[in-house]
Amino acid sequence: MNKYLLYPGCSMESSAKAYMESLNAIVEPLDLHFEEIEDWNCCGATEYLGINLIPAYSLIARNLALASKQKNPVNGTGGTRTVVAPCSACYLNLAKADHYMQERPALGLKVNEALAAGDLQYKAGTLDVRHLIDILVYDVGLEKIRDAVVRPLTGLKVVPYMGCMLPRPDYQHRWSDHEHPTELDDLLRALGADVIDYPLTTQCCGGHMTQIGPETAFELIRRLVADADERGAQMMVTVCPMCQMNVDAYQNEMNNHFGTDYHMPILFFTQLMGLAFGREPKELGIGAEMVNSRNALANIGVEVPVTQEPAAPRKKDEGLPMPRRWTKHEDRKEAVK
Amino acid sequence: MDDRGHAEQRLVWFGCGTEAMMPQMTDERVRAGLSHEEDLSLLHEVSMKTAGVSRLEMCIQCGTCGGSCPVAKDMDHTPRMLFAMLRAGMREEVLRSNTQWICVSCYHCVVRCPQEVHIADVMYTLKGMAIKAKLYANSTAPDFSQTFVDMVESYGRSFEMGLASRHYLKHFPLRLPGMMPMGLGMITKGRMALTPKRIKHMDQLTKILNRAKQLEMTS
Ligand code: SF4
Ligand code: SF4
Repeated sequence: MNKYLLYPGCSMESSAKAYMESLNAIVEPLDLHFEEIEDWNCCGATEYLGINLIPAYSLIARNLALASKQKNPVNGTGGTRTVVAPCSACYLNLAKADHYMQERPALGLKVNEALAAGDLQYKAGTLDVRHLIDILVYDVGLEKIRDAVVRPLTGLKVVPYMGCMLPRPDYQHRWSDHEHPTELDDLLRALGADVIDYPLTTQCCGGHMTQIGPETAFELIRRLVADADERGAQMMVTVCPMCQMNVDAYQNEMNNHFGTDYHMPILFFTQLMGLAFGREPKELGIGAEMVNSRNALANIGVEVPVTQEPAAPRKKDEGLPMPRRWTKHEDRKEAVK
Repeated sequence: MDDRGHAEQRLVWFGCGTEAMMPQMTDERVRAGLSHEEDLSLLHEVSMKTAGVSRLEMCIQCGTCGGSCPVAKDMDHTPRMLFAMLRAGMREEVLRSNTQWICVSCYHCVVRCPQEVHIADVMYTLKGMAIKAKLYANSTAPDFSQTFVDMVESYGRSFEMGLASRHYLKHFPLRLPGMMPMGLGMITKGRMALTPKRIKHMDQLTKILNRAKQLEMTS
């Protein structure tokens, strides 16, 4: 049995619940064992890093310290030194903190000094921080995944969307390529899906810009969705809660902004694994997506029960009351004042 | 004001291409009364404040970063331009730039930079410096980050519902009605927790963060 320490991250409890549900549904057929890091805290996403350096890294390192305490790889028996993060941003933050604490010993010392205030410490390099798909492709292996498939996804046309934070900057050299990694393609192929080549696979979904600079984010989302649509994809498949949220929940806003009419569902790769392993859509959180995947899944004979629909979608010509965009010219006037 | 007028001119020069840039910068530096050492001190400051080894000094102005950046068109300065300005000691212009706030941390530039400059991390450093110097472009980003940090410092976990509603109420009240269907959809689909989750040992986290903040001040 493969044992791992799980760092779920905040979104797995709310906006990306479906990811957690589908993850729970695939551990058993793959003989995986995840133990949640007790009392883990938020990794700070990209927000904390821009505010205060040492607190940001101390926040992240508390999780590493808790993990190494829980299953001390040095003297623990039957322990594990591998931390699994299913969220790309969490993964990157944890891996980065570990990496920088080694690369910059002065940073490591300060972070440990801060941790000491809470009776914790973390020796950089003792844990192995990895993303969920890394575990599935490289530890479990595609063979075993193929063997667990009872309902191949034959005929489901998908684009694999890796997102940016997972294969880049890749401190640990885990991925087949920085710009066009093939891990997700291979995994989806093992499930029997019809995988469409997707050059934008590592392009950014906009990250937190949906909140603070919506036009910037909308353009990034539009590119992703338009290209997937043009290539004949019936759905996009993601490995990251942030990517799912941006492409899914903001797709309608994006459509309103550009006057387009895309309906491109985006599901977590674990949801498709669950389906291929014969689980029911409901157990996998399917139906929680804002852009419904029902039609796409009907192509492979999966029936998604109709759940209560949210408030009616906005009419296309209604437009969105957007904040006024400052033009560069106005910016300059402002600066000259 | 006068020297802001210069800043405007500089933007145009930088945009013309690399050949013309260096002499103009020197000219500019002389006019601004900056010595060579002073120029580099800003570069070093940013480099030292960056987590990990930034390699900022190694930038050869090749422009790969700007050319790879998916959001460069919304930036006041491309990363390359910004680093040239850092080298030239243009502190205020750099900190006022919207570039670090537009950067979405996609690391595209980072994996392509021939000099392995940790560009995305430098952007975090510049955000922090801009906030401390209270110099930022008209962006709601610093406030968003602060709201996020407040949530984490109170609960230990982020609280998407609280974060989004607080941020929208404050900065985009007009967008709120438009966001309602999505918000409601997220709630009916069970994707938005209505109350924040607090970690068990919040006191421990608070102690760690307080100590970290002291260390930040003294470093
Ligand atoms: S890609 Fe690297 S070396 Fe080239 S301009 Fe950008 S930071 Fe400098
Ligand atoms: S990390 Fe920032 S600067 Fe670099 S390519 Fe991405 S958005 Fe542009």
